[in-house]
Amino acid sequence: MSLTSETDNRLYAQPSMAGVGDYIALMKPRVMSLVVFTAFVGYAVAPVQVHPVIGFTALLCIAIGAGASGALNMWYDADIDARMQRTAGRPIPMGRVAPGEALAFGTTLAAFSVVLLGLLVNVFAAALLAFTILFYVGVYTMWLKRATPQNIVIGGAAGAFPPMIGWAAATGGLGVEPILLFLIIFFWTPPHFWALSLYRAADYERAGVPMLPVVSGERETRRQILLYTLILAPFGVAPWLLGYAGLSYGIVALVSGAAMIVLALRVLREAADTGHRASRRLFAFSILYLFLLFAALLADQLVAG
Amino acid sequence: MMGSVLGMSAVSESNDQPPGIVLTEEQKRRRRARSIAIALALAALVVLVYLVTIVKLGPGVLNRPL
Repeated sequence: MSLTSETDNRLYAQPSMAGVGDYIALMKPRVMSLVVFTAFVGYAVAPVQVHPVIGFTALLCIAIGAGASGALNMWYDADIDARMQRTAGRPIPMGRVAPGEALAFGTTLAAFSVVLLGLLVNVFAAALLAFTILFYVGVYTMWLKRATPQNIVIGGAAGAFPPMIGWAAATGGLGVEPILLFLIIFFWTPPHFWALSLYRAADYERAGVPMLPVVSGERETRRQILLYTLILAPFGVAPWLLGYAGLSYGIVALVSGAAMIVLALRVLREAADTGHRASRRLFAFSILYLFLLFAALLADQLVAG
Repeated sequence: MMGSVLGMSAVSESNDQPPGIVLTEEQKRRRRARSIAIALALAALVVLVYLVTIVKLGPGVLNRPL
């Protein structure tokens, strides 16, 4: 009595073809770099100075927590990713990493990042990091993303928490300043993602993701982009107006905020047959805008000493 | 199968076993790269915990009730 080859396949797990690079890709390194940068600014502008090793540990834990969120997002969204041009090349849709491997990887990293942050830095920052990971995976990925066009509005909060965690790592608490940084990223997220979704609408429709252009159409999306940009620009200037940052930051925030509004107006007026040039420009500039604001805040802090 | 039931020798039993999945050279190379990455990550974790312990406790790390 011998076992058939069909039975063999059921008895033995398939060998993994995943390379180290695939696991790095699961952590969404580009998103991670933005998370680390904004968290670092939140940490650097805090009034309390902690030892650089503790600061480095905090940023490392935040980076790993962000990577864990990315891996868990890719695990849950593998079906959507496979149907979208932008994400079809990710490790799970390509078959290089098994969904279970991504789940184990993400869960392990999430647990390690939160426990390490709690033990080595402080419990409050760890609790915020745990909440952020749960919010991104549980609220955004598992619930909102497939349920409502407001997915990235509410889910955007997850991306806005890192500067608060950075601040909490340094101080053990919160203040008005990190909440302002949270609000800047929170109101930045909708124009940023809706600009992208305007020229990727077919992708989202094919994947069944109810992004605003798919559900409410391009016209409403362009109107909403302008609305959120008009809310975002004043919040961008607020750290200067409230006395948390100097004039150099104020000038950067005013000029770049005005540029965001101009680009959002161009998106509103954009004709349908122009290949979404204005939307692409707004998407690209929105990344620069956020980077400029946080870099200016950091420079301001360094100059002020 | 019958061999194990009748308690026959391990040699004849192993001859009945399927070879399982034999890794290709590429799969072995990738597994080795993953193992090295895990080893480096664990080593970094040990160094990190050591450094934070020294920073937080300093010489006090030796000051404990016996």
